[in-house]
Amino acid sequence: MDKQYMIIDGIEVTIEGERNVLELARKAGIDIPAFCYDPELSIYGACRMCMVENERGSLEASCSMLPKAGAVIKTNTAKLRKYRKMILELLLANHCRDCTICPKSGNCKLQEFAYKFNITDVRFPNNSCQLGSQDKSSVSIVRDSSKCILCGKCVRMCAEVQNVGAIDYAYRGSKKKIATAFDGPIANSPCVGCGQCAAVCPVGAIVVKDDADKVWDAIGDKNTYVDVQVAPAVRVALGKELGLEEGTPLMGKLVTALKEVGFDAVYDTSFGADMTVLEEANEFVGRLSGNGKLPMFTSCCPAWIRFAENKYPEFLSNISTCRSPMQMFAPVLKEAYKGDKKHVHVAIMPCTAKKFEGKRDEFKDKDGNPYVDYVLTTQEVIRMIKEAGIDFKALEDSACDNPFEEITGAGVIFGVTGGVTEAVLRYASSDKSEKALEEITYTGVRGFEGVKEATVKIGDKDVKIAVVSGLNNTSVLLDKIKSGDVYYDLVEVMSCPGGCVNGGGQPQAEREARHYRADGLYKADGVEVKKSSEQNTAVVKLLASMDEHKKHEILHVHYKGNK
Amino acid sequence: MDKNTCMVEVARFFMDFTQNESCGKCVPCREGTKRMLEILNRIVEGKGKDGDIELLEELGEAISKTALCGLGKTAAGPVLSTIKYFRNEYEAHIYEKRCPANACAKLKKYVIDPELCKGCSKCARNCPVNAISGEIKKPFTIDQDKCIKCGACVSNCAFKAIKEA
Repeated sequence: MDKQYMIIDGIEVTIEGERNVLELARKAGIDIPAFCYDPELSIYGACRMCMVENERGSLEASCSMLPKAGAVIKTNTAKLRKYRKMILELLLANHCRDCTICPKSGNCKLQEFAYKFNITDVRFPNNSCQLGSQDKSSVSIVRDSSKCILCGKCVRMCAEVQNVGAIDYAYRGSKKKIATAFDGPIANSPCVGCGQCAAVCPVGAIVVKDDADKVWDAIGDKNTYVDVQVAPAVRVALGKELGLEEGTPLMGKLVTALKEVGFDAVYDTSFGADMTVLEEANEFVGRLSGNGKLPMFTSCCPAWIRFAENKYPEFLSNISTCRSPMQMFAPVLKEAYKGDKKHVHVAIMPCTAKKFEGKRDEFKDKDGNPYVDYVLTTQEVIRMIKEAGIDFKALEDSACDNPFEEITGAGVIFGVTGGVTEAVLRYASSDKSEKALEEITYTGVRGFEGVKEATVKIGDKDVKIAVVSGLNNTSVLLDKIKSGDVYYDLVEVMSCPGGCVNGGGQPQAEREARHYRADGLYKADGVEVKKSSEQNTAVVKLLASMDEHKKHEILHVHYKGNK
Repeated sequence: MDKNTCMVEVARFFMDFTQNESCGKCVPCREGTKRMLEILNRIVEGKGKDGDIELLEELGEAISKTALCGLGKTAAGPVLSTIKYFRNEYEAHIYEKRCPANACAKLKKYVIDPELCKGCSKCARNCPVNAISGEIKKPFTIDQDKCIKCGACVSNCAFKAIKEA
């Protein structure tokens, strides 16, 4: 068949199965403005910014217009500019414009468009900044209805991609708002804290909760010893915001920066990940030989745990009893500190749900103190580095602190979907040659598909594995497992599509960013000499020093669920 | 409809209806109809400003062209057509603070004709906001700042001394 074209602003653009004219135009390098469109979500067509004009002068929203061969459209005419400006003016009139003190300042689509379209005057009265518009009940996110432009991305993300449905539209007309059921606080809703709503919010209506001030206070206190662990996915997501390329692994510079910020010691959560791999693999082997339920689900992702508690409590006993790397590492660090100062442990995570995990009762010591005192997200740490006036680009690399500086590539790839599985396979596979490692990468655990499957021989047994990211994909898979349509021995679950590289606490970025970040993690894995967790002698030694009781106490957890 | 119907009020009535019916999904209809109603309310209350007619026209056009559904696309119709055919009525409201049809309550002004007033005080006794004062057997006066234009004095005056101006 002949190629089919559409003429956009005089450019002939080949139609290659694009979902709408907006995607087609963006392919041709024409960026049509839009608030409510996201390539991963369903089409909503509400903001009306993406309207285009056809030959007859009539207008249509390009997000909901199918590409049609031979059609001629224009994306930037006098008429369109006039209407877009009016839409912006209307949005600005109903938006709390305290931009200078807004956490989203500088990264806000409304701010960006208002500048690009040269909006200098809003002719309508504005009294939208109101007390009580904020919902700070969640430990993960802060919602502010006075900033909301009702683009509905959060609602679609929560319902379509995550199958959580904690928020939806309430009321009608100009009273319309995004609300939880019965308009209660978000903390009392089924919200799992994944933060994907904050990751798609174009304005400051949903942002990551900021705990940096408390950490600054701890750093500033002379009588407090503050150490920090940094999750694998953080190192590849900092670059763009700090003047380097997206996806570059920057652990060395980050260690230096954190030391300059004032942390007393810096550790890599990959160490904890190696502990998790060894414990989890042992548990899995145990379950395979009849010691516990199959399939076994991974337990690293706190949003997934909460999701299972809320919606699939029948699977709770299938979740590995191993703690997440953060929660395995934290008690070890707390015990290792022998000084007489007050010990505050901070974890830097790509994740908003980790803030919740840090506060869970399961992860408190005998005196009721949490093992992880504060969880910061990548976003907050970037701000701290900027606040401290550190020229990140120019920093030298440093190594993590002793005695936990030894890591392996297996721990590093935890930050991307399929990583946990790959790490477990590296450990479980008897052949440790380079070729064998390479073969694991081709089993189908890498890549960004929502559900990946692999069958791997461990010993003389064929083990069926599924790797799933995104909670809606997870729900579909769980339902199939329940009905007996599919069978797996091991299922890795990550709540955020693509895994932690795309976590809710990472800097907001375009879709492609997660690919760069994942590549960055595999690159970081590539430079590690040790690829498999059992090669981490420090971890092996540490685990050998613990008896079963001790291991159970600080490395395992049983989630009781909501009942 | 006749000469006693204010066309601005008619437009306001329809805009009030469509604004209530808006589902709130698309920006032009949700925010635009709210703003148009706000401006129309302002005009019928005598608080209209120079530029309001042009702003209504601009908003109306943008909403008609960009709204998602039929409700939004037609919501501005009554406003745009009344501006087209009765622009003078809008101008009278805004610039002269007067309603040509004498229908807009807030733009009415009641005055007591001193020639006809007998000073009986019945109007003052019936005024709900005590806007009327005077001495018995002398002409009474209405304090325009206090007056809420309810018309109670008119219906109570036995001598038809109170007139709409």
